[in-house]
Amino acid sequence: MDLATFWFIVIAVLWLGYLFLEGFDFGVGMLLPVLARDETERRVMVNTIGPVWDGNEVWLLVAGGATFAAFPGWYASLFSTAYLPLLLVLLALIGRGVAFEYRGKVDSPRWRATWDRVIMFGSWVPAFGVGLVLSANVLGLPLDAHGDRVGSPLVMVRWETLLGALALVGFCLVHGAAFVALKTEGDIRERARRLAVRIAPVALAPLVALLLVVQLRAGEGWTWVPLGVALLAAGAALVQLARVREGWGFAFLGVAVAAAVTTLFGALYPDVLPSTVDPANSLTVHGAASSPYTLTVMTWVAAFGTPAVLVYQGWTYWVFRRRIGTRHIPPVHVP
Amino acid sequence: MVGLARTGDDGGVDVLDVARWQFGITTVYHFLMVPLTISLSLLVAGMQTAWWRTGRAKYLAMTKFWGKLMLVNFAMGVVTGIVQEFQFGMAWSSYSRFVGDVFGAPLAMEGLVAFFVESTFLGLWIFGWDRLPRRVHLACAWAFSLATMASAYFILAANSWMQHPVGVELVDGRPRLTSIWAVLTNNTVLAAFPHTIAGAFAVGGSFLVGIAAWHLWRRHRTTPADDQDRQVWRASVKLGGWVGVVAFAALAVSGDLQGKLMFEQQPMKMAAAEALCHTEQPASFSVFAVGDVGRPDCENVKSLTVPALLSFLAKNDFSSEVKGIQDLLPEYQAKYGANYPDDPRLGELSGKPIDYVPALPVTYWGFRLMIGFGAVAAGMGLLALWVTRRGRVPQGRWFPALGLLAIATPFLGNSFGWIFTEMGRQPFVVVPNPSGVDGVWMYTAQAVSSGVTVGEMLTSLIALTTVYGVLACVEFYLLRRYARAGVAAVLPGWGQPKPAPGAGDADDREQDDVLAFAY
Ligand code: HDD
Ligand code: HEM
Ligand code: HEM
Repeated sequence: MDLATFWFIVIAVLWLGYLFLEGFDFGVGMLLPVLARDETERRVMVNTIGPVWDGNEVWLLVAGGATFAAFPGWYASLFSTAYLPLLLVLLALIGRGVAFEYRGKVDSPRWRATWDRVIMFGSWVPAFGVGLVLSANVLGLPLDAHGDRVGSPLVMVRWETLLGALALVGFCLVHGAAFVALKTEGDIRERARRLAVRIAPVALAPLVALLLVVQLRAGEGWTWVPLGVALLAAGAALVQLARVREGWGFAFLGVAVAAAVTTLFGALYPDVLPSTVDPANSLTVHGAASSPYTLTVMTWVAAFGTPAVLVYQGWTYWVFRRRIGTRHIPPVHVP
Repeated sequence: MVGLARTGDDGGVDVLDVARWQFGITTVYHFLMVPLTISLSLLVAGMQTAWWRTGRAKYLAMTKFWGKLMLVNFAMGVVTGIVQEFQFGMAWSSYSRFVGDVFGAPLAMEGLVAFFVESTFLGLWIFGWDRLPRRVHLACAWAFSLATMASAYFILAANSWMQHPVGVELVDGRPRLTSIWAVLTNNTVLAAFPHTIAGAFAVGGSFLVGIAAWHLWRRHRTTPADDQDRQVWRASVKLGGWVGVVAFAALAVSGDLQGKLMFEQQPMKMAAAEALCHTEQPASFSVFAVGDVGRPDCENVKSLTVPALLSFLAKNDFSSEVKGIQDLLPEYQAKYGANYPDDPRLGELSGKPIDYVPALPVTYWGFRLMIGFGAVAAGMGLLALWVTRRGRVPQGRWFPALGLLAIATPFLGNSFGWIFTEMGRQPFVVVPNPSGVDGVWMYTAQAVSSGVTVGEMLTSLIALTTVYGVLACVEFYLLRRYARAGVAAVLPGWGQPKPAPGAGDADDREQDDVLAFAY
């Protein structure tokens, strides 16, 4: 395998890491007002992701940074073309990050309610926006020969990309509920699990639809395989959750998202960003890649960096493996 | 279509101008949080180490108190940083295409090597007080604070490459990386890194001094009963004072180094820093000027000067020649062309003469304000050390007032330093390296995204500025609240007759089960 293809896979893996990890913490934020009945339960939910959300978000930054380093043209065209959707994602992520840190810093119901709204906005919007942009990336954007957008700032909003947006939103909802079920104890655990089971058939439908659309439009023969795996894993997750085996349910959701990302990026290859105006304008893995030297340097960095990241992030999850419930939440102590 | 994209329907505002304002605003804003995060996180790691080694309550109190303020600030540093990472692609796509082969690598390394460590170990540190053995918890503090330094190094290496491109060859009109080592050991970054880190510590120093001075003053008449509290503030003032003074010394030394490099690498920036119109030998350093330093002929500008000092800054002797703007202009025009290329993407600038002179009032005053504000901060540090010498407690109200005001000065010094550095390199975004490969440079006007409309760019400028404005108020409010409340707000039981750290309100929960910290 050549380096350019290797880096295409690395970027797919980074996106997978991001969708898997931030997928559940978006879900937790989205479900905050739905699952929690009172302030203590809201705190339980926020604290399930407290130590890890920032580390999860860095997967997005590194996916972006790696795209810049390995495929500058891809980074430039995608980010400038998707200007407005990405702006919304940014604004939402700004609010969200601050909200987690600040919501408990003043003991006032109004203060907390305000930040809860920011958390909600900050979880629904980026899930929607990232879904939109990623599916548009796979299905193609109207690019001219220079890699610039032809058409209005909102050309990427089409039914297929809206489907992509819903696909990620739906996935995050189920994944988030499963995560809460896995990480909490008591009443809320049970409610979260039941919610996951109840919404899954509807919430995962857009993902299935998106995969089929992509497969029929751009898929390869072999991408039917991951597509099938994604379907089976989603079904298995549902069954496991229904049987009160949250850990297995959560793990199968992970398999489903991995298989879905494989299908999407498999269908994308050998393009990195197809042009819907003229196939000649499409950016390809080999056309858009950085020089072999740069890719070699990056490969060394990734070869040492990535295992280390996996080890210490894994360790964090181990340290904070205990389920938490309302009885663990300390009283409010702020100035 | 292209014209429309560049200038909008009314033809008034230019995408380039909006993009520049946006980059300037978001970056300077990000760099308000950055120096405080870098310095406080390292200082807090130091405090925690002191606690670990001595077991004294004072150090635990300092760790908790300053650590909390650091966390309030950290969150903002993180979220404003995300914007930075995306901006190159969104607003400067032509730039990203041009430099991607070189510039993307340090950015990606920053993420992979620094941001992952920062974010993960910070989470462990915040939530790990009762979950991790003490040593491991302390190690987490060092891991994330050293990672902030590492991230500074990588991003400064990227920035320094724009100031002084090295380690590349020109292939098909684009720079191609030939040596990552050359990029990471660029002499520009070797000088900029200590300078920036020292600037960060100047911020941390005066932050400690200002807040601790206020608390110390509040207790100036109290009895030894609350000595425990007073010890915390005294130690903090002392630490802050020393950090501030040493940081300024380091700033001066590293700044002098940068000056010498700048003289070689960006002679026009050097001249612009002085608003030096005509070549001088030996060249004098202007301390202060009255009149419009932006006038190209230097007429009507009266300036207080120190003879031969500029020669020293530039070349380490008191006799060298320093070239003035008027003499540099023809050199630049001969080397890099007199007019912009004919390119519709350049919009109105296409084929127009290139203005090689940066905005002189900005560079001249930016340079002086950087040094001046930094000097004020260092002065405050010295003063604080003096008035608290040998156990004294300052009685006058002026002391906390000055201390609190002086917190702002190193922030301003840092901002002016960046504004000077970045505006001083205009009209280039990638400055040509006089001894480097020919053709590796880029004008800022060519760097902006060519496919993005004025409307989009304005939307983001307004939205981001508004959100940043609101969040600045929130952060300030919280910092103030926590700063005022002192140690008791972050260490339950502190200051009570029988201090029992960790024992909060008496309730029937089992202590072991309750999280030591939760959001
Ligand atoms: C000299 C230091 C310095 C400079 C010049 C910059 N930054 Fe920064 N940045 C930091 C020092 C730093 C830091 C101290 O390491 C921060 C502050 C808070 C934090 O978490 O890390 C940070 C955070 C931070 C984050 C969030 C990381 C996270 O989620 O944990 C991103 C994405 C960036 N930065 C990106 C940038 C970019 C693209 C810059 C250039 C335009 C930039 N920074 C300038
Ligand atoms: C370290 C990484 C940095 C990089 C890669 C970088 C890069 C850039 C780029 C691409 C621009 C836009 C082109 C231009 O208008 O010059 C710019 C402008 C600017 N940057 Fe930086 N910058 C960095 C750090 C900073 C920091 C930390 C600050 C200040 C806190 C800063 C202040 C500015 C300002 C004020 C401008 C606007 C200048 C102008 O438009 O004339 N930069 N920089
Ligand atoms: C005491 C004498 C000082 C000297 C001689 C000095 C010199 C310089 C020079 C020459 C540059 C420009 C480098 C370039 O563009 O290539 C610079 C940049 C900068 N200065 Fe200073 N400086 C001094 C003090 C300070 C102080 C007190 C602060 C902050 C509190 C500060 C913060 C900065 C920052 C943030 C930059 C931009 C980043 C960089 O290029 O490192 N400087 N300084």
